[in-house]
Amino acid sequence: MSDPKPNSIEVTGLACAYQDRRVLEGVTFSVHDAEIFFIVGGTGVGKTTLLRNMVGISTPVEGDVSFHGRSFTAADPAARRDMLKTFGLSFQGGALWTSLTLSENIALPLEEYTRLPKDEIARIAAFRLSQVGLEGFEDYFPSEISGGMRKRAGLARALALDPAIVFFDEPSAGLDPVTARNLDRLILEVRDTFGTTIVIVSHDVDSILGIADRLIMLDNSTRGIIAEGKPADLAGGPAGSKIVEFLTRRTVRSG
Amino acid sequence: MSASQETPAARALARVDGPVLEVSLDGSWRLGGATPRWRSVVGSEKPAGVRLRADGVTHWDTSLVVFVGEAKSWCTKAGVECDIAPLPEKMRLLGSEFARSLEAGTREDHAQSFLHEVGLATRHAWLQAGDFLGFIGECWLGAKRLVVGQSGFRWNDCLAEMQKCGAMALPIVSLISFLVGVTLAYSGAIVLRRFGGDIWVADLIGVSMTREMGAMMAGIVLAGRTGAAYAAEIGSMKANEEIDALTVLGISPVRFLVLPRVLAVGLMMPLLAMYANCMGILGGMAVAYAALDIPPPAYWIEMLTIVDFSDVTVGVIKSVVYGLIVGLSGCRRGLQAENNAAGVGKAATSAVVTAILFIIIADAIFAVIFNVVGL
Repeated sequence: MSDPKPNSIEVTGLACAYQDRRVLEGVTFSVHDAEIFFIVGGTGVGKTTLLRNMVGISTPVEGDVSFHGRSFTAADPAARRDMLKTFGLSFQGGALWTSLTLSENIALPLEEYTRLPKDEIARIAAFRLSQVGLEGFEDYFPSEISGGMRKRAGLARALALDPAIVFFDEPSAGLDPVTARNLDRLILEVRDTFGTTIVIVSHDVDSILGIADRLIMLDNSTRGIIAEGKPADLAGGPAGSKIVEFLTRRTVRSG
Repeated sequence: MSASQETPAARALARVDGPVLEVSLDGSWRLGGATPRWRSVVGSEKPAGVRLRADGVTHWDTSLVVFVGEAKSWCTKAGVECDIAPLPEKMRLLGSEFARSLEAGTREDHAQSFLHEVGLATRHAWLQAGDFLGFIGECWLGAKRLVVGQSGFRWNDCLAEMQKCGAMALPIVSLISFLVGVTLAYSGAIVLRRFGGDIWVADLIGVSMTREMGAMMAGIVLAGRTGAAYAAEIGSMKANEEIDALTVLGISPVRFLVLPRVLAVGLMMPLLAMYANCMGILGGMAVAYAALDIPPPAYWIEMLTIVDFSDVTVGVIKSVVYGLIVGLSGCRRGLQAENNAAGVGKAATSAVVTAILFIIIADAIFAVIFNVVGL
């Protein structure tokens, strides 16, 4: 590989199934350190399935995922827990724990993995919430705030342990364009400030063109990757290819 | 064309033009109205070609598209030429699209044979049994770590659950156990009166409440009240990806969600069962006083001649097991729930059924064991 940056994530020959049906086969790619990496593709091609297999929510049928050179798929439970500490996942709907307040939601990972005193954890939680523009909402329950706020709170929770890698599942789904761009700006900020590696599953072209360093595109036809590279390079590829159509098709009406 | 105007009926007029069957469509074609079908128009004729015109059509919708599509597909099958050129462009396009969708082989057949289904169901049952054992093992390990003090236990959650499944269940447990005492007293009296042994109602109620009915009634109430609630709570957390969020943080859902709940219900059940015993005895006492003229002190003294500590112990042992059954089946069904709203409902139902089934099975096993050890 010509890129001098080391790899945060390496996915090798991954095959994933969704309810006993194989949706992806032989997926191989790597994500560099401090890169904003997009996994794109149409609906139902297995983007979220790939993400779930990468972070260990589902078990791959075959293949391997390693983080910073250590295999995650083959790791024993203790090693796995160690590795889980180093990444955060922001879910599509936020997936906040409904019985806990926003502050408690963010405090839980800190309570699990650090020996910080309670008041300090509460201060960190409040700081994280203010980072995503939710200051003052510490004692609200997830059911009392809007979908967009839940998503931001989910991001705050994903960032709680200062992870080296953060995964996002459809961060802009269900958000208006302005909120979605603000979220993009936040993601960019996190990367620029902490050098966090970011992996985003999305089909929001504005996000992709706005902040992606590199991307892979998945497709049903091959059950795997059909394009890989920088968005600008891919968009300038041969007209008519799926990736070019995906990245450049903006209007249906002609004229 | 506005629908409020007089709408001429949809018609398809067939005219033989040499070897070609020309069908002229006119009128208003609406899905809700009566529209001609291609089959009845063509009948048993075997023309060498078909031509469709739509000059007189005042309004059309999918009903006309279906007609054109069926005509096209019939022509393809019969091997005759279908000329739809005289139709407006949109009609032609949609009609051709409809004809294409009729073509065989486009629909994926994923129905399974009976044997295949049986095989899948057997495999599913086998996997489920393995999963269940894994779940019990995980709970056991979690409980062990808790005793050794290795893992942070969420006592606050546990206390909150205790209040929900214990204190808040008192009214319903009171009512049901009291009524069970009343019913037992009346039905016992029917037999005992024949032998002039009305007073033995006290013995009957005392023994059956402490050994059997107290724990059983509390168990069944908690299965419906608490077990279903656990399944629904955990099931909706699963649908909301909250369980995945725990997994990805490396936090075991068993430790975080299951243990506090199972422990809470396991600790509360014996207390509820003993309370149910008291209420049942009170119910029997009320009937004995009101219907059989047995004064409460006499009832109490008679009861103490037969009920002893071992009977209460039997009830308490059973109630702990019933509590664990209710807690475990509720949480298990919740964790197994499908990731959607219907899955949550199913999980709650099956939690109750599973808990009651296992309570009855456990009761039968206890009957045998206590008989053997002489308790």
